[in-house]
Amino acid sequence: MPRWLCLIFLRPVTVAKNDLQGTLDLLILKSLSHLGSMHGYGIVLHIDQVSDALLRVEEGSLYPALHRMEQNGWIRSEWALSETNRRAKYYSLTAAGKKQLAAAEKNWEQVVRGVQAVLRFA
Amino acid sequence: MSAMKRLWALVKRSKLDHEIEDELQAHVQMCTDDNVAAGMTPEVAQRNARLRFGNPTVMKERVIERDAALGVEAIMRDIRYALRGFAKSPGFALIAVATLALGIGANTAIFQLLDAIRLQSLPIANPQELAEVKIVGGNRGFGINDGFYAQLTQPVWQEIRQHHDPFSGVFAWRNNDRLLGNPSDARRIHGLDVSGEFFSVMGIRPWQGRLLLPEDETPDCKTPRVVVSYPFWQAQMGGRDLAANSTLLIDGELAEVVGVTPPGFFGMAVGERFDVASPLCEPNPARRELFDRSVMGRLKPGWTLDRAFAYFSAVSPGIFDATAPTGYSAESIRHFKEYRLGAYPASGGVSALREQYDDSLSLLLAITGLVLLIACANLANLMLARASARQREMAVRTALGASRGRLLRQLLIESGVLAASGAFLGVIFAQGFSRFLVRSLSTEQWSVDLPISTDWRLLLFSAAVAVLTCIVFGTVPALRASNADPVAAMKTGDGRLAGNRERFSVQRIMVIAQISISMVLLVAALLFVRSFRNLMTLNPGMREHGIIIAHIGFSLSHISPDEEFKRQLVDEVRAIPGVNDAATTTNDPLMGGSWTHGIHVGSAEGSSKFTWVSPEYFQTMGIPLLTGRMFADTDTASSPRVAIVNQTFIRQFVGNDNPIGKTVRTLPEPNYPTTVLEIIGTIPDTKYNDIRGETPPMAFVPAAQFPLAAEGSWTSVMVWSDAAPSTIAEEIKRQIGKKHQNVIVQTVNFETRIHDGLLRERLMAILSGFFGVLAALLVMVGLYGVISYFVTLRRNEIGIRVALGATRWQVIALVMRDAGIMLLAGTIIGTALALVAGRSASSMLFGLKPYDPATLAIAIGLLAVIALLASWLPARRAAKLDPMAALRCE
Repeated sequence: MPRWLCLIFLRPVTVAKNDLQGTLDLLILKSLSHLGSMHGYGIVLHIDQVSDALLRVEEGSLYPALHRMEQNGWIRSEWALSETNRRAKYYSLTAAGKKQLAAAEKNWEQVVRGVQAVLRFA
Repeated sequence: MSAMKRLWALVKRSKLDHEIEDELQAHVQMCTDDNVAAGMTPEVAQRNARLRFGNPTVMKERVIERDAALGVEAIMRDIRYALRGFAKSPGFALIAVATLALGIGANTAIFQLLDAIRLQSLPIANPQELAEVKIVGGNRGFGINDGFYAQLTQPVWQEIRQHHDPFSGVFAWRNNDRLLGNPSDARRIHGLDVSGEFFSVMGIRPWQGRLLLPEDETPDCKTPRVVVSYPFWQAQMGGRDLAANSTLLIDGELAEVVGVTPPGFFGMAVGERFDVASPLCEPNPARRELFDRSVMGRLKPGWTLDRAFAYFSAVSPGIFDATAPTGYSAESIRHFKEYRLGAYPASGGVSALREQYDDSLSLLLAITGLVLLIACANLANLMLARASARQREMAVRTALGASRGRLLRQLLIESGVLAASGAFLGVIFAQGFSRFLVRSLSTEQWSVDLPISTDWRLLLFSAAVAVLTCIVFGTVPALRASNADPVAAMKTGDGRLAGNRERFSVQRIMVIAQISISMVLLVAALLFVRSFRNLMTLNPGMREHGIIIAHIGFSLSHISPDEEFKRQLVDEVRAIPGVNDAATTTNDPLMGGSWTHGIHVGSAEGSSKFTWVSPEYFQTMGIPLLTGRMFADTDTASSPRVAIVNQTFIRQFVGNDNPIGKTVRTLPEPNYPTTVLEIIGTIPDTKYNDIRGETPPMAFVPAAQFPLAAEGSWTSVMVWSDAAPSTIAEEIKRQIGKKHQNVIVQTVNFETRIHDGLLRERLMAILSGFFGVLAALLVMVGLYGVISYFVTLRRNEIGIRVALGATRWQVIALVMRDAGIMLLAGTIIGTALALVAGRSASSMLFGLKPYDPATLAIAIGLLAVIALLASWLPARRAAKLDPMAALRCE
């Protein structure tokens, strides 16, 4: 089994390694598509809550990922005031990002189906 | 907007730092807030938030890396890395940049000249509207053609002046050299005669004073008012403000200077510069056979060149019917009336320089391009060698996780840095080189004035050349180096891959390409050098050395230069100590002038060149009489008309009969009525007006029988002397000046002037020769490098061969065979290329065909010598190899 699959299926899962870039991207894109516009800290909280604290996105991976996706043109950013009146950088999906999300979701479903098939066989 | 901001942020790293810091700071703050809300004390809350965040500096760096990965910052870093690398091997960098600077510089300089001569427009507003009206196909030698740019006669110009629907305005102009100052020490200056509309239609505003207007035109052809050019004003009038009494003595008359043209305006001819502009002379009655002016106009809005062309074509019959000259045969007049006018683009003005050098410059651009290509091939080989030396570095970087694209980018940036520095230095070098070329285009009597500018077109050109060279020499080595297999590279002890077959072949192909290209360049160089030599050693059939042409002008002297006076003048010149002989002529040989009459000889008809000379002409010019008799003093205006003809004349009009006693009848022309001449002598063929040209039929007639009505105000005296030309020239001026008031004497050294006329050929020979030698040197260096490299790679093999008993000569032969095979392949391809390329140069060659077997043989021989020299040293080194040492290395 490839190393990145081990990392996902051994709990508690820490989504941090470079190998998991695709997965981390998927999580961020999906969160942004749900939240509309959000800052990094909000994304961490959102993933934490929605996954029932099963997935914890590490800040050290989150910000490089956000900046890389912005360079790719999947998300855009702007400075705004948060609900607690702090200046924060808000990210939101671009059209290209929405397309990327659809593709990544599809891909993920296939991976999961494939992995499950292998696991059931074993 | 945000994209711009990001780009700016990438350039300003500090700004980027701040933004990321702010973002991360906000995150920690929000986390702390939440922790406090969950019941932690502020200190604990902050500690917890920071703990989760990890090392802030590392974090920031990682984020910046993402942002900058594709950005300017990373490229700057790669450039810095490349510069550090070059600083470590300065020899390589120096050679690479110098080669490129030379190559790109030469290309840029030639392009700069081409740009100045061909691509630039006249410095006026909307130059593309300017069109010239010309006879389609020219006037084919009819009438009198005065001036290189002259296209139309005065009556035709006046017709166009009346009817010019396509043009919002028209003007006529001509170049007309003037004499400045006192007749005794008059100096020739470049005059520009313009019709009154000239400056307003061209849209030129005065720098000072006013420019010429229609009311300045005078019917008596005097020039009471003139306008001077800015450079003339600066040099001759000290750039002082024009006063009411600013005058110049022009052609012996005082002329008031009314204005100065702006600095950029040089006249209508690119490569020349006018000094004084005066109103165009419109004599009444007009000379209808004198083609002396050029007519141009500005197209009205909505008129295209094609429509204007059609318009002038349609009005031509009316114009030529109304302006037909008299005194010609009916057939000549019929030809005249069949002329058609057309409109041609004139945005670039006119240029003799352009017509003369256009082909040469294009060819030189091709030559310098090929030299650059050879230089690129050399650099590519250097880079390949460097790449194999750096294989270990690449392997380490690959092993540490650098992607292939990352390495490729790094390597391409390295060659880009080389190309950019080469281009930068090249453009600087080109400034000097192109100016040097312009200076070499000038001769004693024809100074070339060309504004050389460094504009966007030039910079674009050099940038394109640099990018192209970068692609040519950088891509293959970069692809190869970035392809390194880290495991294999690390395994070999010396950090170098054992030479595999593929690398061999790329370098081989490079060398073969270099040899074949340099073959083309050598053939071109040899062709031009031999062609120039042919011209220089050509015997024109007359004396060149020791001849001085004295042009004697009477326009200011009130002397009527009849034959009696000229007779006396020649006798005076002959009496000067050191002068062997002297004679007058109506046409200076080999100086480009031409005089033709239609003739009938018995039943044969055609045309022949005519020159009226005094009896001493043939002795003076060293032309021997073959049969019959020379002219004598008894051949006068009242005696029967006689002629001496050349061999081409006899072949064309007489055939095998004895030419002596045959009669020649000339067709009438204004001032030259029909004449019946008897052939009294024959001379060998001599060159006529151009040393390159074929000899036409030529007839000489005694000067005493020249039609009186055709006498001009100038006469040419050919002077033969064994003394130093400059002293004789001074003596002639002094003697004539002493005896005759206000007679202008200007002298020309015949031999020098003929050689000046070969300037284009000389320049082509020098430049192509220079580039040929450069190409040969580059090939030698390239071949040497590659053969040495091969020898190093095959050290073990050679060691084994020597150990097994191969002799020194066998080893040398082994290495030289390698060079021999590349030479063979290179010369075969090169010969084919040279034959194809040679055709484009055929019009510039003299006495040679582009497929000249001797030239090809010499080029192949030269390349063989080069290959021998380049491979001899490595071969000897291989032969001296100690087999034990070579094998122990493994």
